[in-house]
Amino acid sequence: MNIAVFFILFFFVISVLIGIQAKKGKEMNLEQWSVGGRGMGTLLIFLLSAGEMYTTFTFLGASGSAYGEGGSIFSIVSYGCLATVISYWTFPAIWRYAKKHQLVSQSDFFVKKYQSPYLGVLVAVIGVIACTCYLVLQLKGLGYIVSATSYGAISSTAAIWVGAIGVTIFVMVSGIHGSARTAILKDILILGIVIFLGVYFPLHYYGGLQPMYEAIENAKPNYTILPDQGMSVSWYISTVILSSIGFYMWPHGFSPIYAASSEKALRKNAILMPMYQLILLFAFFVGFAAILQTPGLKGAEADLILLQLSKQDFDPWFVGLIGGTGVLAALVPSSMLLMSISTSLAKNIYSVFTPSATENQIAKLVKFLVPLISLVGIYLTFKGGNSLFSLALIAYNFITQLAPAFFASLMRKNFVTKHGAFAGIITGGVLVSIMELGNIKIGQLFPYLPQAIKDLNVGIIALFVNIVVLVVVSVMTKNITNTHKDNDVLETTTVEHKVLIQKESNR
Amino acid sequence: MKKIYWLGIIPFLGFIVGALFTNKVTPYVLGMPFFHFWIVLWSVLTTGIMGIIYLLDPANQR
Repeated sequence: MNIAVFFILFFFVISVLIGIQAKKGKEMNLEQWSVGGRGMGTLLIFLLSAGEMYTTFTFLGASGSAYGEGGSIFSIVSYGCLATVISYWTFPAIWRYAKKHQLVSQSDFFVKKYQSPYLGVLVAVIGVIACTCYLVLQLKGLGYIVSATSYGAISSTAAIWVGAIGVTIFVMVSGIHGSARTAILKDILILGIVIFLGVYFPLHYYGGLQPMYEAIENAKPNYTILPDQGMSVSWYISTVILSSIGFYMWPHGFSPIYAASSEKALRKNAILMPMYQLILLFAFFVGFAAILQTPGLKGAEADLILLQLSKQDFDPWFVGLIGGTGVLAALVPSSMLLMSISTSLAKNIYSVFTPSATENQIAKLVKFLVPLISLVGIYLTFKGGNSLFSLALIAYNFITQLAPAFFASLMRKNFVTKHGAFAGIITGGVLVSIMELGNIKIGQLFPYLPQAIKDLNVGIIALFVNIVVLVVVSVMTKNITNTHKDNDVLETTTVEHKVLIQKESNR
Repeated sequence: MKKIYWLGIIPFLGFIVGALFTNKVTPYVLGMPFFHFWIVLWSVLTTGIMGIIYLLDPANQR
């Protein structure tokens, strides 16, 4: 066994043990398992939120995108910062509402706000598909990282199986407590490794940061900034607006909010997070450093650039340390995704169509779904093909289309009806999916428009259509549905009402 | 809306409106192209602005 394999296995075993140990002294009912008994302080909430940001993408996609796309990669830092600014006001509002109504999933929020279990089913289905795609990306990333950093001693297949089994065990045992504890080790390691690599490679190959950028500028003029066409300034602005709105619409993004012990913990999170985004900057530096050192790489090859440079320059023990950190970067977000998927499936899909199910039965089902979801994730990882990245992209766009209905629900007098919310989400999601799948750009549809409009992110167009449909349908249906002047009042005379009443009586 | 909350608009102006005027390579600042420096600067400033909002927000004196 080479030293790299030892480090990878060491960190894998440690992370699973920390995850299992986190259960100690806690009775794992659904409330504890999924939202930590709503008692987590600032540090754990910060690490859980950051845990969703620093994934296998930090080791693969971040440096690979800087290498392959240049300056446009900086949109990620921009929308990450602005999303946390928005979170200063939205997170406490979500937390208050969730605590009052004992919500445990993102779909619960929509169900309660719009008094519509079937809107909850729609949100849950979108969330389950999106999170499953994301889980598959994490497992694929885990396989790439372990296979590369173990010098082929551990196959990608073995890494994915062992990683998935490990994360399944600690999720079933400890729930969100396991994710939070493992995130502490993960973030310490990522912080150290990525900053070191981001400083080392520009110094090693070019003698510093500015000489590196000057060399790139000489070889590929203007590559490090936004181009005049395509991923231009108007693309950047529309992407930053769209993604900052949609950043926290992921189902597993709601879990840390629900788990917080207070509003203050969430507000402090909004202070710390913008600066924390800058860790990605160091991963970008690695990608930029590789542009002139290993030119001509495309696609998956470019994504492995950080690992390739590390293997060229460092001893196996350090490469193993990078591999071990990569394992943690895959396991923490995977654990959050597994919990979100299982909670949504059991609580927002199964229980709606099986109204006789008791809370106790649902709590058991949530845990027993975890290994099943892991198996589906493993199957899709091996059999899903390369189209999964496109699927994930569409899923992310679909997730963003939840934003108008979500933000409307936070208004004091929400005029949006459940029909309007439903129609807006479906219209926006289908529109953006068609444009993404067909690779249709605005410029193709309207070739005579100014370049700045042609370059707009198609998601922002879909979001605009979503809002128009949401408003029009809400106005048309305002007499059918009670609006939400008091979100705690149940509607009457609907089938959905009976489902809600049935559920209440089962508690 | 509390007056202090309007400070939250400043990062949006910095990142979004600022990009219209800062998408250029030179001058290099802190070794980075000006566009990269601008993004880094606003990440740091956003943390500062959110800190000020937090400290002056009556809700944090739930």
